[in-house]
Amino acid sequence: MRILIAKPGLDGHDRGAKVIARALRDAGMEVIYTGLRQTPEMIAAAALQEDVDAVGLSILSGAHNTLLPRVVALLRQNGLGDVPVFAGGIIPDEDIPGLKAAGIAAVFGPGTPLAEIVQFIRDHTPPRHS
Amino acid sequence: MRMIGDQPHRPMPYSPPPATPIPTLTKRDLARLITGIENGDASALRTLHAWYGRSGRARIVGVTGAPGSGKSTLVTALTKLARSRGRTVAIVSVDPSSPFSGGAILGDRIRMRELFEDEGVFIRSMANRGAPGGIARATADVVAVLDAAGYELIFVETVGAGQAEVEVARVAETVVVVEAPGLGDDIQAIKAGILEIADILVVNKADREGAERTASALQAALDLGAPSAGATGGHHGPGSLRRAAANADGGGWRVPVLKTIATEGSGVEAVLDAIERHGQHLEQGAGVQRRARRIEHEVTTRLRDLLLQQALQQIAPARYHALVEACIARELHPDDAARALLDDLSRGQDQAPIR
Repeated sequence: MRILIAKPGLDGHDRGAKVIARALRDAGMEVIYTGLRQTPEMIAAAALQEDVDAVGLSILSGAHNTLLPRVVALLRQNGLGDVPVFAGGIIPDEDIPGLKAAGIAAVFGPGTPLAEIVQFIRDHTPPRHS
Repeated sequence: MRMIGDQPHRPMPYSPPPATPIPTLTKRDLARLITGIENGDASALRTLHAWYGRSGRARIVGVTGAPGSGKSTLVTALTKLARSRGRTVAIVSVDPSSPFSGGAILGDRIRMRELFEDEGVFIRSMANRGAPGGIARATADVVAVLDAAGYELIFVETVGAGQAEVEVARVAETVVVVEAPGLGDDIQAIKAGILEIADILVVNKADREGAERTASALQAALDLGAPSAGATGGHHGPGSLRRAAANADGGGWRVPVLKTIATEGSGVEAVLDAIERHGQHLEQGAGVQRRARRIEHEVTTRLRDLLLQQALQQIAPARYHALVEACIARELHPDDAARALLDDLSRGQDQAPIR
């Protein structure tokens, strides 16, 4: 299973993203880690070329309401509408319904057990067809 | 063009590929095809085989070297320059899989961010899935489809272990070895076998202390080991990868030692020029023999994998485990166990007694 972990926006804190990347690796997944300050366009381009099964976005800058729906929209535009997008970081509870309506599959707040995230990915990625 | 083997992990009866032209590919299609090849999916492999005849046109450049030597940054700088010269570029970047979980963190894209949105660039990260030698088993096939899809220049960046990554010569026709000052003494440079596969040597981070010393140590090692054409011409067969790859492919190519500061783009032009020059050198005849040996190696490797797979299917698991147990108890040398299994196979299954 191939997962893209990216950090959209301008904040420089990638510890959370790295913790997730390691947890997914330890769960046997191949994690494409693209690092800090990614634009939604860069994330969508990477997801396309890397043919990932899911996209995880870590964001702490407060710009989630604009950036996250933009990533989902670009993925759909690229024919990747079936690739689930999950998010983590500092996202206020009241923003979650809006993000879900915009197509974000799940939002994991600080302190979410890593096993829960791994299980979520396993449950929500579409099966591969050859 | 025919291939003897299939992907090693998925046996499939061979049927000649239909001569279908390659349709216009979207990056999405290409990305999915690559995943299929990595996973040994039958339909992806059929496509690969059908397209194989279209490959062989790209310039394929392997980039190898120690971790932290700046391979990804150099590949990024080379790609930007090649794009400005109007060429399309694909990058296959290999990172190691965890031997414990089988998972991997593929992080080379971090240094390639400037290239993400370029329509003329395709970047694919690959986990090596436990294969030795710095690349993955499927890397050669992934490169073949990128080649067939029309990318003109393909970089294959190996796992950055820095030693014994000679398998990249199985895929690439030009090998760039990247060194950086302060990563090891001169002996490191000569012992690893990595100099033998270098067509171009790059000392990156040339603004650092010791760059000059590293460059002259490499130059000295090259002068010391400059092989004659005769030393590399005599061997054939499965063991000949290194000779197949060795830089003395009939002579006439002097391995340049070039200094770069990839982060600033300085010296990168000379590297791309050397890559182009090496390509012309290969076209003038030196490449023919080299390509033939490389493809021969490809066939033997796949034959070996298929034979092993076939053998393991025919051997009774109980018999196999009994022999392994005997080795664990030191009653038998592993070589005797292997030969006993081979005897079983040639006798058609009736089990010979141990010894």
